[in-house]
Amino acid sequence: MTEVSPGYFLALAGLLFTIGVVGVLVRRNAIVIFMFIELMLNAVNLFFVTFARMQGNLQGQVLVFFVLVVAAAEVVVGLALILLIARRRASLDVDKVRLLKW
Amino acid sequence: MGLNTPEIELLGIAPEIALVVGALFILIVDAIIGEGGNKWHLWILSTIALGVSIFLAVQAWGSNELQMGDMIAVDGFAAFVKITLAVFALLTVWLSRSYLHRDGIEESEFYGLLLFAVAGMMLMASAADLIMVFLALETFSLALYVLVGFRRTSLTGQESAMKYFLLGAFSSTFLLLGIAFVYGAIGSTQMYGSSAAGAGAQGIATALVSLPAGEFTLLVIATGLLVVGLGFKVAAVPFHMWTPDAYQGAPSPVTGFMAAATKLAGFAALIRLLDAILFPLRGDWRPLVIGIAVLTMVVGSVLAVVQEDLKRLLAYSSIAHAGFVFTGIIASNDRGVSGSLFYLATYGITVLGAFAVIAVLGGRDERRTTVDDFRGLFYESPLLAGALTLFLLSLAGVPATVGFVGKLVVFGAAVEAGYSWLVVVGVLASAVAAFFYLKVLVVMYMQERQEGAEPATSGYGGLATGVIGLAALATVALGLYWSPLIDFAERATFFFSAGG
Repeated sequence: MTEVSPGYFLALAGLLFTIGVVGVLVRRNAIVIFMFIELMLNAVNLFFVTFARMQGNLQGQVLVFFVLVVAAAEVVVGLALILLIARRRASLDVDKVRLLKW
Repeated sequence: MGLNTPEIELLGIAPEIALVVGALFILIVDAIIGEGGNKWHLWILSTIALGVSIFLAVQAWGSNELQMGDMIAVDGFAAFVKITLAVFALLTVWLSRSYLHRDGIEESEFYGLLLFAVAGMMLMASAADLIMVFLALETFSLALYVLVGFRRTSLTGQESAMKYFLLGAFSSTFLLLGIAFVYGAIGSTQMYGSSAAGAGAQGIATALVSLPAGEFTLLVIATGLLVVGLGFKVAAVPFHMWTPDAYQGAPSPVTGFMAAATKLAGFAALIRLLDAILFPLRGDWRPLVIGIAVLTMVVGSVLAVVQEDLKRLLAYSSIAHAGFVFTGIIASNDRGVSGSLFYLATYGITVLGAFAVIAVLGGRDERRTTVDDFRGLFYESPLLAGALTLFLLSLAGVPATVGFVGKLVVFGAAVEAGYSWLVVVGVLASAVAAFFYLKVLVVMYMQERQEGAEPATSGYGGLATGVIGLAALATVALGLYWSPLIDFAERATFFFSAGG
């Protein structure tokens, strides 16, 4: 088997993170924005794993578990908040949710 | 590979443990007692938990070591921040009791989440590992997202919770990316080099000594990302977009708590990172932080001028105050650190007092929070008007109030470090800021009350009055006799260091 250079993984992780940032800034549906945030978190996970490979220690792989748990906790709170809004309003478009100035 | 089980010493995180246990206890007790009654046990239990936590935090005063497998730094800095946070939380609990009781939304979850949030913030102050910073940040953020939306039938409350959540989650990914880059650069997320775990375990501080110059590029990028991630939490421009919305929609006690405690926790991590750990890289991070500081002071002060809602106005003012704290961090000398701590502690008390007045005057469901609603307040309720006057003057930095002393200390540190021009910007921003504080005062004292306006104060408990009184007392007393607190802050600038 040929060794794949870690540079490719770093590039992929960077690309995923960038897609996430652009998605958050461009899309207007709260759920979709949240999905892009999850994508960014997983891009960071890929960074951690790749760096762990490059550094030759396991710490980075352990950190991924912490990130996964936090992401799961975030989903619990976030979806509850979004659901609360969805019940009272017809749309989840963050541009239309503006009793307060955005 | 050998497996080193870390030595478990609980004194370092005892204040946090007390809070978490207290929060769980409150939730369970409430489940057993059930509905009905006026739920006085909730605030009593919270007060006890916070009191125990303060006691335990005081016990750690004077020690200077790393605990829990080098994850937790137990030092004077952490102790100061923990005690201050617990005091903020005490004031918030007492104020919340009156507020929640009046609005009929007193639930055990509120107190539980508040205590969890304080525990997270305390961990933030003593985190000695970047992953600890991230976990602590998420712990208190997740609790705060729910607290902000606690008026769950209110449309504005829901909206501000969602905005705070989306932007908060977005920003913490940047913090996490910064942590990943630090790991990529030095192979560890420790802040200090490890002393116990043996060779090979290095941290940022030791890596900065051992790595050859020129290999810091990744670390510098990581520093920038960390500043961005933490800058969101302390509401620094250009990462402040969530602040006015979250502050306006949140219940007033929560808003005060966020302005006081979240800022303190975020800055605690920033100060430890920038002024202690990354001090050797200050040539690289200073330009970025100076830019943020200038923008924060100017934008916060200028945008506050056009606000009609008092909570929104104080939100922008809190942004400007974050900028003033940054000047102390940029100085990055002992006076800067102790000045920042003093500033954050006193600003927190003052802003909690201001939001306490708003919570009382806002009435049920916060119907009356615009500046116009406070028209002629002095003639109806002179004491509350007097207290709010005092808090606004202190926020503006008028002499004989504690806000003046705070500004003097951080600006003095910046001058000492050779950043006089930054102080000039700060003073100009304060002058602009004085304008909108005075605008509120003019409305309160010099305008007639509207015809048919409902009475200003309706149904609030003695606890809220006590909080306002305590905050007002502290604002004046510390403004005239500040040396004990400054001494305390100065002795809190001792960070853990490998040399002892």
